[in-house]
Amino acid sequence: MRFKKALASVAAATLSAAVLLSGCGTTSTPQASPAPQAAQTTPKPANPNVILATTTSTQDSGLLDVLVPQFEQKTGYTVKTIAVGTGAALAMGEKGEADVLLVHAPSSEKKLVDNQTGINYNLVMHNDFILVGPASDPAKIKELRTTAAALKAIATTQSIFISRGDDSGTDKMEKALWNKAGLKPSGTWYQESGQGMGQTLNIASEKNGYTLTDRATYLANQKNLKLDIVLQGEAALLNIYHVMQVNPEKYPKVNKDGAKAFDDFMVDTATQKVIADFGKDKFGQSLFFPDAGKKMEDLGK
Amino acid sequence: MELIWQGITAALQLLITGDAEVIGITLLTLQVSGTATFISLILGIPLGTFLALKQFPGRRFVLSLVNTGMGMPPVVVGLWVSIMLWRSGPLGFLNIMYTPTAIIMAQAIIAAPVVVALTSAAIQQTNPKLRLQIRALGASNFQYLWLILKEVRFSLLAAVIAGFGAVVSEVGASMAVGGNIKGYSRVLTTATVLEVSKGNFDIAIALSIILSLLAYLVTLALTLFQQKRQGE
Repeated sequence: MRFKKALASVAAATLSAAVLLSGCGTTSTPQASPAPQAAQTTPKPANPNVILATTTSTQDSGLLDVLVPQFEQKTGYTVKTIAVGTGAALAMGEKGEADVLLVHAPSSEKKLVDNQTGINYNLVMHNDFILVGPASDPAKIKELRTTAAALKAIATTQSIFISRGDDSGTDKMEKALWNKAGLKPSGTWYQESGQGMGQTLNIASEKNGYTLTDRATYLANQKNLKLDIVLQGEAALLNIYHVMQVNPEKYPKVNKDGAKAFDDFMVDTATQKVIADFGKDKFGQSLFFPDAGKKMEDLGK
Repeated sequence: MELIWQGITAALQLLITGDAEVIGITLLTLQVSGTATFISLILGIPLGTFLALKQFPGRRFVLSLVNTGMGMPPVVVGLWVSIMLWRSGPLGFLNIMYTPTAIIMAQAIIAAPVVVALTSAAIQQTNPKLRLQIRALGASNFQYLWLILKEVRFSLLAAVIAGFGAVVSEVGASMAVGGNIKGYSRVLTTATVLEVSKGNFDIAIALSIILSLLAYLVTLALTLFQQKRQGE
């Protein structure tokens, strides 16, 4: 009985702590930002919140966990990273829901640049897409040289292929590759996961299927996967990331200065160096290659 | 099997060493879901009482809507709250999209039907003769309601437990309106999803254990509170 009472009072204390916490909760300024230190060096911006819409690969690979705190420290802004597929990130830009975009589907980005939704459009970095599959390699892709031949082999052997199917940058690339190979994939062997890259890799691994992935997410997840790289190195497989600001003249609610600061930060020499070094300690190789100031046509040469 | 052990070890490590990020996420989860449940009670108990005691045309229809609302998928709530809170949406001027406040809003909407439905069911189950007698003894309106709510306090606490359980475990709405922003709007469920997609299964398992533990402790506290009188 005494024990029960003691337990009850502990439980009651937990609960009242929760109520107490919730009472003073709901502040709209983030708690965990390094703002106090930053405030000493840089004045706090008038509108400190920057919404960054980006792809899952920059978050799942851990790159943003390194870059965002550095940016916040340097400028005093707080970045709200919304990691969705590139398709969704571009849609957020087109509605003015995000301030700045970091995305990797150049052909779809062109539309936003052309209609002046995205300004200050800069090349940031690249890595590459790779085709991964089970070690047994049922479609015998390891002997092939081109993506078109590889996809044809998958389709003819009806080997399982897991597509993202979520209109992300990777998904757009995959669809474009099928198109280029002159194929319309369909059938029970072609399955859409509708999920992010990390999850899709897990599904492919469990089902002994092939999938197209960016190298960074594959390396970050490799320890849990039973998947080998079966095709890589083709120029068509470049995965190119751009940053752009959402045009404040079109969407007045956009955080213009914050977006510009982030856009500039991504192509800054110091940041580019951080990008180049990212992943070397953990994977023995770079996950992304910095490209600021280069032309897209010159990549992979 | 090895993975499960790794997960349990990681969970213990995170708990014992008091990992600042995990503690922050856990406290935010408690704070957000606790506040949301509290709001749903403030809205839900009066509404449930009204639906139970007042006769009006369309009452059964409203009750059927509320009962359906108990099973409302959190992603649906997340989508609609997003549409409302986006800069381009009707409530965009509030500037609360991708904040903990937005999650509280969505979760309160998820929990409210549970509270309304369970409150109204509990009150309708009280003996009509008792209600009549309270009236006959000359209770004021306020006293009448207070006595009835006191009569159904067991069921009301069950409503609190069900409401809190529904919101602390949902991921769809928190992801959509909170954005899973590190150190700001990341709660235990969205953090678990993220760690799974990062391939950190041990940390994901650890977070899931912490979430289950949190849900259990809060429920335990409420259950003990509910059963307090019973033991004496």
